[in-house]
Amino acid sequence: MSTETIDLKTRLITDFHARESVMNGEAGSAFHQKKRAALAQFDELGFPTIKNEEWKYSNVRDLISVSYNFNADSSIELADLEDLKIPVQDANIIYFVNGHYSPELSRIVSSSDQITIDSLANAYKKNPSLVNSFFNELTQDDNDAFTALNTAFTQDGIFVNVPDNQSVEHPIILRFVSDARTQNVGSQPRNIIAVGRNAQVKLAEAFRTLGNERSFTNSVTEIYVGEEANVEYYKVQNESENSYHVGTTQVRMLDRSHFYAGTVTLNGRFTRNNLNIIIDGERCEAHMYGLYFPDGTQHVDNHTVADHRKPNSESNELYKGILRDKAKGVFNGKIFVRPDAQKTNAFQSCKNIVLSTEATMNTKPQLEIFADDVKCSHGTTTGQIDEEALFYMRSRGISKPEALSLLMFAFCADVVSQIKIDSIREYLENVIADKLASK
Amino acid sequence: MQLVFQDVACDFLLRPKLVTFAVNYHELYIKYKLVMLSINELRASIEGKEILKGINLEVKPGEVHAIMGPNGSGKSTLASVLAGREEYEVTGGTVIYDGKDILEMAPEDRAAEGIFLAFQYPVEIPGVTTINFLKTAVNEIRKYRGENPLDAAQFLKMVREKAKLVSMNDSLLKRALNEGFSGGEKKRNEIFQMAVLEPKLAILDETDSGLDIDALRIVAEGVNTLRSPERATIVVTHYQRLLDYIVPDFVHVLYKGRIVKSGPKELAFELEEKGYDWIKAEVEAVG
Ligand SMILES: Nc1ncnc2c1ncn2[C@@H]1O[C@H](COP(=O)(O)OP(=O)(O)OP(=O)(O)O)[C@@H](O)[C@H]1O
Ligand SMILES: [Mg+2]
Repeated sequence: MSTETIDLKTRLITDFHARESVMNGEAGSAFHQKKRAALAQFDELGFPTIKNEEWKYSNVRDLISVSYNFNADSSIELADLEDLKIPVQDANIIYFVNGHYSPELSRIVSSSDQITIDSLANAYKKNPSLVNSFFNELTQDDNDAFTALNTAFTQDGIFVNVPDNQSVEHPIILRFVSDARTQNVGSQPRNIIAVGRNAQVKLAEAFRTLGNERSFTNSVTEIYVGEEANVEYYKVQNESENSYHVGTTQVRMLDRSHFYAGTVTLNGRFTRNNLNIIIDGERCEAHMYGLYFPDGTQHVDNHTVADHRKPNSESNELYKGILRDKAKGVFNGKIFVRPDAQKTNAFQSCKNIVLSTEATMNTKPQLEIFADDVKCSHGTTTGQIDEEALFYMRSRGISKPEALSLLMFAFCADVVSQIKIDSIREYLENVIADKLASK
Repeated sequence: MQLVFQDVACDFLLRPKLVTFAVNYHELYIKYKLVMLSINELRASIEGKEILKGINLEVKPGEVHAIMGPNGSGKSTLASVLAGREEYEVTGGTVIYDGKDILEMAPEDRAAEGIFLAFQYPVEIPGVTTINFLKTAVNEIRKYRGENPLDAAQFLKMVREKAKLVSMNDSLLKRALNEGFSGGEKKRNEIFQMAVLEPKLAILDETDSGLDIDALRIVAEGVNTLRSPERATIVVTHYQRLLDYIVPDFVHVLYKGRIVKSGPKELAFELEEKGYDWIKAEVEAVG
């Protein structure tokens, strides 16, 4: 372990104790005890190295080699965010700047007596026991240093509580902005989405970085999907050449619920997404879609888990990537089918186009099946652009760059079309078309 | 020099007999667009294996040339090389089209100059609709020619007319290009694209194979509608049947990378009747 590694870790632990010492009575709360336990876990685990099987292809040495200001103030205004915006109408738009809720920038339209959409800090102030009942309940077994670190430092994020039979009419768009215009900034948003029986919500997390200094985001989202609930969850990362992102989304689904996830990584220096779904109910449907476009020396790593614990459910996964230059991609998709989960259908596919000989893609499907009556399939492909198709298009007068961008856009289409918040899908179509055309 | 001019004036079609005059004739033919396509000693290989071993062919505006020959003789290779497929390495010879040396030209530029290849095996392209693909093609070609792009309404009107011409079902236009199309639908789509792009030189590589009798007639009618004194067609086929509909001016036999025999349309009947053995025998006897 290098001295720098010890530095960031030690600094974080010292910081934790300093904060704790000024907490007065709150330090004894159940909420804080969870954070404390998480800090101990982080201390024990330390930042992962590539010797850790889960981090074999994603080296965080660079990420932890500098220090970050986790309490950076920001003078950001809406005007600064103009070109970072996803144009959405009729939505709840909630800003977090450097990890802190910004009421001035936000607009919450769907909050009501029944439905809570609030910052985690506010929600905790209003109803500590409710928030605590959801906090770290899904992630406590995660055994991941970044998740533990986030838990230990939980301060703010979103808290959404949709009670039984309620439906949030407008999508909830969470905009996490790192203001790295003057210094290295760190943020650790913590989100809790609790969706009751037969309730519905659509939400999106959008990550952007402003400025050229480093940003480090370590986000954790816990999503409770009640019986017969329907939840759509999108994550759009369009960060800077100097942004580092580690994020975990932990989901638990109950009987007959549906969950859709779409993870699109447009830009960012280093990205690691963990999407873990526990299918703890019968007749559930879990869908996971992913798309990534690393170029330069960018690194994108998607780890997913579909953990089937009950019979008769289905999971369906499609990840696609286009890699250029010296980019590195990693896909690790785990499917667990527990002994009770008979008649499970689990499908997984990861397809990649590698446009340069120096770009690499590591794919690892990992199936652990302990039931005998199941249908599982998985497949990964990594290839170049189809030369036959390219020639066919060019022979009709379509220039090579245009043909390439049409082919690549078509390659992405079956993932993009799965994004059901229209404004986000349209935004992505435009950004992706630009991205594919500009090279 | 004077002699040359006189000769050209009195008989355009006269072939140069003296090698020294050949170049002059050649240039003049091209200059006055009396020859649209002139292939001279064309050689091409793939993966180090020579497939075309010195092809010579001249195509004049208004003509239809049929190219026949046994499997593997190089017909599709010739078609692909003309369309600009980069996997093939041209190792010798020239191809002058419309007065321009096209061998250095990108496939898209050749298309914009009016060359069209109907593929023996049309490629499936998931995620790109036929209509979108064609719109991009039409407007890219217009851009190359310095014309304004067609707007959506103009384009649709034109496409509808052309689709009718080859009885192309509207629903196919909205589907991903060739994806899941039947063999016949794919071939019909090739002719439909040809009708939309209105090429000067169309090369049809076995467009007839896989077509039922009705489709064959429709496709042939499509081709014939486009026939004009300014356009030329090269038809690669194994069957005399197609040539009943698209009547060729010349029939050539390609064998082992060379055109070993050329003749009038009757040659196709002879081939249908006797097969290729007699030609192979002739070639072996000479060679
Ligand atoms: N990509 C390639 N790699 C290796 N050999 C090739 C390739 N493409 C063509 N060939 C070879 O070149 C030769 C000519 O092929 P071509 O497709 O031009 O024949 P063809 O006359 O069109 O035959 P058919 O009547 O069967 O369509 C064949 O021997 C073929 O195997
Ligand atoms: Mg062929």
